[in-house]
Order: sequence, then C-alpha cells, then structure tokens
Amino acid sequence: MRFGVRGRSRLNTGGDRGRPRLNTGGIRVGSRISAVLSARRRHRFAGAVVVMIALGAFGGAYALASPSSKASADAAQATQIEEGRKLFAVSCSSCHGLNAQGTNEGPTLIGVGAAAVDFQVGTGRMPAQQPGAQIPPKKVVFSDEEIAALSAYVASLGPGPSVPSKEQLNTSDLTDAEIAEGGELFRTNCASCHNVAGKGGALTWGKYAPNLTGSSPRHIYEAMLTGPQQMPVFSEAVITPDDKRKIIGYLEALKTEPSRGGFGLGGLGPVTEGLATWIVGIGSLVIITVWIASRGQKVKGVKGK
Amino acid sequence: MSSATPKAVSAPLEFLDERVGLAKLVKSNLRKVFPDHWSFLLGEIALYSFIVLLLSGTFLTLWFKPSMQEIVYNGAYGPMQGLHMSEAFASTLDISFSVRGGLLMRQIHHWAAMLFIGAMTIHMLRVFFTGAFRKPREINWLIGTILLQLGLIEGFTGYSLPDDLLSGTGLRFVEGLIRSVPVVGTYVSFFLFGGEFPGDAIIPRLYPIHILLLPGLILALVAAHIGLVVYHKHTQHTGSGRTNKNVVGYPLMPVYMAKAGGFFFIVFGVTALMGALFQLNPVWIYGPYNAAQVGAGTQPDWYMGWVEGGLRIMPNWETHIAGFTISWNIFIPGVGLLGLLAVVMSIYPFIERWVTGDNREHHLLDKPRNQPTRTGFGVAGMTFYGLLWIGGGNDIIATTFHLAINDITWFLRIAIFIGPVIAFMITKRICIGLQRRDRDKLLHGTESGIVMRLPHGEFIEVHKPLPMEQAYELAAHDRQEPLDIGAGVDHNGVEAPNRRILRLRARVSRFWFGDAVQKPTAGELEAAHTHGHGHDDGHGELEAGESEAHRPEVGAGSGKTPT
Repeated sequence: MRFGVRGRSRLNTGGDRGRPRLNTGGIRVGSRISAVLSARRRHRFAGAVVVMIALGAFGGAYALASPSSKASADAAQATQIEEGRKLFAVSCSSCHGLNAQGTNEGPTLIGVGAAAVDFQVGTGRMPAQQPGAQIPPKKVVFSDEEIAALSAYVASLGPGPSVPSKEQLNTSDLTDAEIAEGGELFRTNCASCHNVAGKGGALTWGKYAPNLTGSSPRHIYEAMLTGPQQMPVFSEAVITPDDKRKIIGYLEALKTEPSRGGFGLGGLGPVTEGLATWIVGIGSLVIITVWIASRGQKVKGVKGK
Repeated sequence: MSSATPKAVSAPLEFLDERVGLAKLVKSNLRKVFPDHWSFLLGEIALYSFIVLLLSGTFLTLWFKPSMQEIVYNGAYGPMQGLHMSEAFASTLDISFSVRGGLLMRQIHHWAAMLFIGAMTIHMLRVFFTGAFRKPREINWLIGTILLQLGLIEGFTGYSLPDDLLSGTGLRFVEGLIRSVPVVGTYVSFFLFGGEFPGDAIIPRLYPIHILLLPGLILALVAAHIGLVVYHKHTQHTGSGRTNKNVVGYPLMPVYMAKAGGFFFIVFGVTALMGALFQLNPVWIYGPYNAAQVGAGTQPDWYMGWVEGGLRIMPNWETHIAGFTISWNIFIPGVGLLGLLAVVMSIYPFIERWVTGDNREHHLLDKPRNQPTRTGFGVAGMTFYGLLWIGGGNDIIATTFHLAINDITWFLRIAIFIGPVIAFMITKRICIGLQRRDRDKLLHGTESGIVMRLPHGEFIEVHKPLPMEQAYELAAHDRQEPLDIGAGVDHNGVEAPNRRILRLRARVSRFWFGDAVQKPTAGELEAAHTHGHGHDDGHGELEAGESEAHRPEVGAGSGKTPT
C-alpha cells in the first residue's frame, strides 16, 4: 500500500471495526452472499456501506412498525419537552421548583398531566399574578405552542391526564335526549357550585366557582379531569368520557338556546329579579303615581287662581 | 235622570234603580271625595296588580296540571327531552313553550306577584310614616298586616307550584322551617307533605290553597280594607283648608274614576311590559325538582329574601335534649323573624296609643319629621330588613363585588344589631333638624337673601314673613309634650295606686317626645312677630326660645292654627 504506516493502521482499524458486523450480517443472509461479501470485506467503502444498510434496515423496520409521522414527531416532542423545560424554568419554577417538585409557594406538578397545564395556563390562571383566596383567570400570556411545550414537559415528568382529543370534545352528534341527560348530570354534579345555568357561585372565604359561559369545551373537560383549585376531580371513572361530553353538550346547548321570555337579567335568579321588581317595577309605578297626582294639582292650581 | 239622557241609557238605569235602589247607592258614593297625593296611590298599585294576578292566574289554571305524577317529558323544549319529571313541571314547560302567549302570561303573573307584595310594602310604609294607622284606623292597619302576610304565603305557594329545582328547594326550606318547631314540627311536616319530603302530595295540596283559599281570603280582606277606607274617609296631608273634620280633594266621579281607572291600565301595562321584556323564573333552566340536586344562587323571591338572610347569618346553634335536636339556627331566624314581623306590625299602633294616651281621631296625616321617634323606628326597621336582604343575597354579592362570603356574614351578624340603632339615631336627628327649621321659619319667616347693615354697623339678614298657607301647613300638627305625671302624691302624701305603670309610661313618653322640637306656641309666635321685626336680637333669641319650648306649661299651645 502506498499509504504510510499511519494510513494503513487507520484502514486496519476500520477493517477491524467492520469485520464483526459483516460477519453477523453474513451469517443471517446465507453463504453465497456471504462469500461475495467476505471477498469484498476489505473494500475501502465496506464500512460505509454496512452502516448505510444497517441504518436503512432499522429505519425501514421502524417506519413499518409505527405511523410514518411518529418518527419525526418523537424527535419534535423531545425538542418540545426541552423547550417546555426552558419555559418552565423561567416562568414557573420560582413557585413550583426547578424540577416541578413543588415549594411552599406552589404544589408539585409531577403527575398532574398535560390537561392540568393546558387548563391552568390556557385560561391565564397560571402563571399566577399574586397569591390569594383563588387564582383568577386572566389574559393568557403564552402562545398555543408554548402552552403545548409546557404541557409536554410537565406530562413528561410523570403519568397524568392528557389533553382531551377532538373526538372527546365533539358534541355535534349528541341527541336532544343525550343533551338532556347532560343537563341532569350537570345539575347533579356541578350546579351546587356553578349554578344551574353555569353562572358560577360563591364559596367560602372569597373562593368561588367561576362562571362557565365563557369557558371552552376543552377547558371544561380538563377542569373535570384535573379538579383545579377548589374543584374536585371528576375522573374518567366517576364521570365517563361520554358523560363529560354530554355535560359539555348541555352547556353548549344552553349557550345557543335563545333567551326566552326577554332579557335574562344576568341569569342570577331571584336576586336580580327582585332588583328589577323594585327598580323597574315599583320605581316606574311610583314615578307614574307622582305624575298622576301632579296632573290633578296643576288643574286645581289653575282653578284656584 | 235629566230629560236629555237618551232612553237607551236611562231605561236600564231606571230598571236597576227600581229594583236595587241604584240611585241612592250611587248618589251617596259617586260624589265621595278623595284627597289627591301620589303616596295615596301606592295601595292602588297593590290592588291593581292583584286584579292582574286574578286574570293572568285564571289563564294559567287552564293548562297547569297540579300533579306530582312522574312522567317522561317529550315536549317542545329540546334540552329536557326524555327527562323524568312531575306533570306539574311538564305542564309548566308546556305553558312556556307550547301554549300561545303562555310564557308571557306566566311572566306577567309572576311579575304582578312581585309587584303586589312590593306595592303592599311601600303602601304600608307610607301608612306607617304618616301615622295613618292611628285611631280610628287601627283595624284597617291590622287587616293590612294580615293581607301582607297572606300575600307572602300566597306568593310562596305560587313559587312552589311549578315543581322546578328552585321551587322544590324553596319547599325544602319551608319543610326545614316547619321541622324546626319543637315537638310538633315533624308531625306538622309529615301531615303537610303526606309523609317524607317531597312525597307526591304537596303540589296537589298547595294548588287549591294558591288558587282558591288564599285569593278568596285576600279578596275578602281587600274588600273589607277598601270598605273601611270609604267608611273612615281617606286621610289627608295637612294644608290650608284641611282640617281633621273635612276631606279636601276630588269626587270619585268623574275625577277619581278616571284617575283610578286609568291607573289600573297603567299598572297592567307595566306588568305586561315587564312580562314581555324581562325573563322571570326560567324553570326550563332550573330543571325538574330532584331532591339530590341544588343550584348555587338559589334564593327565594325577594319578599322572603330577608328570612333567607336571617338563616344565612345565623350561627349554627343547636340543643340536644334527651335525643331530640332543637335547631335554634333555623327556628330563631325562620319562625322567629316571620313571627316578629307579624307581632311588631300588629301591636305597634296600640303601643303608640298607650304611650301617647291619645284617644282622639286623626284624619290629618303626620309629617314624618314631626314624629322623630316613630320615623326613627320605621327607618330602623327598614335598615334591619335591608341588612337581612343583603344576607339573603350574600353569595351573589360576594361574587359580584369579589368579597368573602364569611366577611359579609360577620359584618351582618354585628350590623344587624348596631345598624338599626344607628339608623334610628340619625333619622331622629334629621327629623329634629327639620323640625327646628320649621320652627325657625314660623318664628322668623324665610330668609330673603338680603343682607342689611344697621346704622350702628351690625349686619342682619332680612327675613320675610311666611305666607299664611305655608305657615298653616307647618303648624297644623299638635304639640306633643312628654307625659307629665306630676309629683304623684295627693295632698295627704299618698302615692297613686297605678303609679308604677304611670312612671313607666312617663319614661317611655320622655323617650318618645323628649327630644322633639315643638312648634311654637301662640304666645311665642306673637312675641316673635311683634318685636322680631327689628331683628336686633337675631338668632341668639331663637335658641333661647327653643330651649324654653322644651318645658312649656301643659296645654299651652294645643291650638292648631298659628295666629
């Protein structure tokens, strides 16, 4: 060989590395091919070819065994988790700890699942502005991608409920009877805090059950799944995914129902109705009595003069 | 009938006159005079909304099924399809969605009910603050208090009939109220509900009470109430030409007929407008009653809100005696407050009569300022009621104003005792201030705004004498001195036998009238008007005159007209 000692030794190393691989391959495919291969095993490109074949085989097997997008998704997920971890370190870790293990300021997030993050961050409750009786929803500070990254990171820490799929949230195929059943489930499980029309209600010490009229089906589903703040968890075993869908369907139906009987007075029941009685009803009638009486007095005044 | 009356009119009238004595009846009543003041129309609102209730209620009975028979709903409202519910609730849904004009009628009926009790309340406040309950009208006041309470029960039974989640929860509240009565409570509850709550008897039982028994009673009492107004003649506010022995106003026919008739249609119009524009009691959102469910923000209608408030702020006190529980936490605010309303309202006229010892008839109304203590009591009562109202809506207030419900509760627990006292004192002081102003006007006239400098350098403001009409109005009421019981011993030094009660009465009377500013006596007026023109003694003299007025000789100035 024209190459120097160094070059040769390099080639040798390459050859040494290549040999066992080539051998294993040879045993599997059969003796005729292995004869050809063994003849060419010292070819300068042999190592590269073997690597290419191996990569192709593994890649092909993987592609056959799983959906084609998964491979890239997996890689994407890894970067998403990494991105989420960075966001978490910046925006969440001061209360929840650098590894989401929880501190005195905030609970551990290991095992809360993507659904919890998607709800808390997606409704603007997190990151919290200040401690208080209850963290109120506010303007959402993260983009959808960032929320997804945070969810992915927290989900990667431990098993927990995931963000519900589109099918789980689809209420378009529900029949009237199923929606009515959802109403019954809502009144039984939810109305005692959220009010029969989902208008919300007061809890102790400044806590409250929020108004659901502005809540998206996804967030309602996630709230049931994860039980944020004062809310109990309604797991898939307690209220099945199908029942959750019916409840959401009922709430959506309430939103689309026309306000029958006139202006709804906030849907708060007898308190606003009583206010309307006094301010609109009694108020206008008393003004009218003054008008009626004053009509007479004017006439009398004219007569008197 | 004059000869000009067409025969078509006169013939049937003559027919009636010859058989039922129409002419005599009409002659005596058509020219009946009613005084004119807006506050006298408040009771009419109640009357007219009651008529609206009778009309709209009759419409509703045509479709409502007072039955607790369980059925499966398959009516017009989608989100209730296939639910199990009582026939009462299903028929309420049908009235709302399937009967033409049904929802409007339901809402008119309910709004009219809310207005009915509201109008009775403000009417009663007017009667209270102007002292229209005094002799000879105590019985009519009593009828009024009974009417108000019947109205509360009538309203509540109506609220319960649709058998929706809200009304069922209200019935549960009443069941708890009844059960909180020691010993008999559970028996009465079982009797009323035909067993355990909710059972299947309560709505069929409430129905005849709501549509027959109570309306009948209310109607009869309203007739008696108005009959007594006609018999006593209406009270009037003080003013020139108005005395305790006359009534100044317009005759029933034609002026009041037109006014009252027109006002009926206005009240009907307002209820109809509210029924058309504002959603009331959307039972289809509440859903059928189910004892396992309850909604946040469940409240009674406004007129029971104060009792609800009492319950909400009451500490959780219970006593256990020999295996029985006495729920003071329900009994005191629930039964106690309703009882308090009934008792205090009924006996107040008699308490005041005992304190004043006044046995005369009163047809002239008091200005609220001239009865500082009574007005103070009234405002204290309103404050008490208003605070309880806040309690009844504490959850809505908490969420609306971002407050802690517990803080509201604790505020109310304290304010319910302190608030009325503060309200009483402030009101009384305002009344006394206004009285002082009136007295000032009577003695010195009104301020003219003209400032004069006297030769020796003093500045004075020229006061114009009050016009006679105004002066009359300001001085038309009686002076009310605290009861003077004298030394209490006869010339032998023997104490009168009922001295102890007398002393108590004197003490109460001092509380009642001791601080009130009395209108000037005839002598004081005379003095002020003769030497007061120079104004060289200015306001200093007024103060002196005032303090003097606190202890005048008894009966010095009971004259009604200033001279």
